[in-house]
Amino acid sequence: MHELSIASAVVATVEKHAGGRAVEVVNLRVGTLRQVVPDSLEFYFGFVADGTVCEGARLEIEVVPAALRCDACGAGWELEEPVFRCAACGSTHVEVVAGEELQVESIEIREEEVACIAPQ
Amino acid sequence: MHRTAVKVLEDVLDANGTIARANRDDFDRHGVAVVNLMGSPGAGKTALLEASLRGLEGIRAGVLEGDVQGTLDADRLASLHVPVTQINTDPSFGGECHLDANMVRSAIPSLPLAEIDLLVIENVGNLVCPAEFVVGEDARVMVSSVTEGEDKPVKYPLMFRTVDLVLVSKIDLLPHLDFDLDRYLGNLDSVHPGVERILVSARTGEGIDAWRDWLLRTAAG
Repeated sequence: MHELSIASAVVATVEKHAGGRAVEVVNLRVGTLRQVVPDSLEFYFGFVADGTVCEGARLEIEVVPAALRCDACGAGWELEEPVFRCAACGSTHVEVVAGEELQVESIEIREEEVACIAPQ
Repeated sequence: MHRTAVKVLEDVLDANGTIARANRDDFDRHGVAVVNLMGSPGAGKTALLEASLRGLEGIRAGVLEGDVQGTLDADRLASLHVPVTQINTDPSFGGECHLDANMVRSAIPSLPLAEIDLLVIENVGNLVCPAEFVVGEDARVMVSSVTEGEDKPVKYPLMFRTVDLVLVSKIDLLPHLDFDLDRYLGNLDSVHPGVERILVSARTGEGIDAWRDWLLRTAAG
């Protein structure tokens, strides 16, 4: 359900940077810890994009796997089960180094070609 | 025609975060501590508020009640003689499943901030969406009832990781359920190691004093 709100927030973020120009592609990074369903986000994006600079734009979602690092022993690993404890030393002082992203990385904007006038 | 790539590198929820900070500034200016109370529909959020706000001495509490529709929860709380303000998320977009910073911002003019020390924001019942949207709170609390099963922390880590306190509710029902409390607490500690938790029952009153003490401590900053 929060995909609808996130899709609206994506469009609002893009509008700030598009300067009123039509957007063709939105590149979004989504960490797995955000519990966002990519298909659902794409569906809602198409819906809320109507009537905005994002109308007809393609949403490219890069899913970023969750990665943790142990502050105690320095071990690093990719998170598969939601266990926030170091498997090597048992410490609970672990840091999330990736997987919490929810970021518009870039947008691709359609620009009209400026006709080049050849020198006479 | 050609395409130009524009680097953006902006967090999608930055705008919500900015409004939440403005809310927080307003609350701080009035010396009001704010608790964002979250949990599934039917977890017992309103019942625990009723039980704890009755007899909460020494501070003046108010409630901001978020619901998709209706004023049923607000009506229940009105008998406690604390100021209750209602927000319905229905008009925004087919009924939002959570409160966001802007909805709370729009309610601020109708909150009696000068007359309260503690504001509890009862969020819309949902285990996913409210976790994403900060609203300007000092602390986040979730109600997780034993009837929901032991696996919830593992299934909804986003919510369980974002809170400062978990109220494990309806513990009076434990003798009637197959719920394995140790397994639940083990799951909770896997997802959010050491997070503060209080076992409560609004029905028997067990744990309510501890929850009231927590509210008083939070209000005292």
